[in-house]
Amino acid sequence: MSSTMVSINDLHKSFGRLHVLKGCELHVEKNEVVVLIGASGSGKSTLLRCVNFLEIAEQGTIMIDGLKIQSGKDDLNKIREHVGMVFQHFNLFPHRTVLENITEAPIYVKKESKEKAINYARELLEKVGLLEKELCYPHQLSGGQQQRVAIARALAMKPKIMLFDEPTSALDPELVGEVLTVMKQLAKDGMTMMIVTHEMGFAKEVADRVIMMHDGTIIEQGPPLELFERPQHERTQRFLNQILK
Amino acid sequence: MSGFIQLFQETWLGFLKAAWLTVELTAVSLVIAIVIGLIFAFFRISDNKFLVGIAKLYITLIRGTPLILQIMVLYFGIAKVVLLSDFWAGALALAVHSGAYIAEIFRGTIQSIEKGQMEAARSLGMSYPIAMRRIILPQAFKRAIPPLGNQFIIGLKDSSLVGLLGFPELYLLSQSTAARTFLQFEAYAIAGLYYLVLVLIFTYIINRLETRLHVEKVGVRT
Repeated sequence: MSSTMVSINDLHKSFGRLHVLKGCELHVEKNEVVVLIGASGSGKSTLLRCVNFLEIAEQGTIMIDGLKIQSGKDDLNKIREHVGMVFQHFNLFPHRTVLENITEAPIYVKKESKEKAINYARELLEKVGLLEKELCYPHQLSGGQQQRVAIARALAMKPKIMLFDEPTSALDPELVGEVLTVMKQLAKDGMTMMIVTHEMGFAKEVADRVIMMHDGTIIEQGPPLELFERPQHERTQRFLNQILK
Repeated sequence: MSGFIQLFQETWLGFLKAAWLTVELTAVSLVIAIVIGLIFAFFRISDNKFLVGIAKLYITLIRGTPLILQIMVLYFGIAKVVLLSDFWAGALALAVHSGAYIAEIFRGTIQSIEKGQMEAARSLGMSYPIAMRRIILPQAFKRAIPPLGNQFIIGLKDSSLVGLLGFPELYLLSQSTAARTFLQFEAYAIAGLYYLVLVLIFTYIINRLETRLHVEKVGVRT
């Protein structure tokens, strides 16, 4: 078994005439935490969404846990089961309780027994510190709580890798911390993670590697301290200056 | 006024029966219309150009022609192929008519559900049909209740046109009563009263349903 979890080669993606990804190359090791940074429109979210095939790249290959995925042939539903995703706007199911949000996919996709799904859901809720909210509906929770439920919902499928698409960007500042704490614990537990974020402090603390994207390509990468202290690329320097000011 | 009350008292049993037939006709036609509406809504939002074309053609034809014509065309058209009772011919015609409008209601509400809902469902490994059934449709149905209620009321009133096929619902009875008694104004006013009461009952049920499902809370994101 190789130690690589995700392997992206020469990935190209366009939306109409807009060429968003222009030959991305990225390899994520098992248990590695990779943070993607870059200005909006640089393609970092699109790259993330290509990994669980919410976007289908026109060119290039994606390998997950040693398997080359072909979007035309392979059952993408099966692949997505192993790739958890957390969205900027949480996207919890408003007509389902917290517990039902988490057990929905295990019961209706994995065909787990209700009992087993509920037990595991409670375990996850405890992990994200929301066990007492299991009967609430999403609209009764704060943004930070909703995002923690969304993380638990993704974890319920026991994914091999977790993707985070700006998980704290829609939160009030005082609610960011609780979500980042959950993510830090997840990283500590050895989850492989790809995170798009603007939280540079978090990146510094948790990331094994930071990837700088610009105009659809990865222009620079390295350990966070190195990249933040001594950015090589002029574009990275400018971006960091703007965001850290 | 005294003529009205007297006629009302003399005919209430017959009108009650006719009102019941109107309710039956409406209910059956709306159940079929919901099925038709759902199918064509899915055609309309599918990726298949052929299905989209069929749905558009159906909706255009129905919206572009008067209901009375549709009833006649269906009645005399189908009567050449299969023998249907007046009730079923009428119910089918009404269903085909309402179905087009209900298809548009469903299409609108399905498309009004945030894109993130489908994405979240798919990202958990749900297939498109499972995501539709478990995540999108329950939310879309709730949002569809107010416009559906409106369409149901229109359907109830449109059922009066089936009287023209000789089906003895409210309108036909008021017509025959008017002809029989020469109390034209009174007879039609009585029918109007029955329709009004039916619509009010309908409205009440729909309002209760809306509150029960607390429609306003769907899709709220804080």
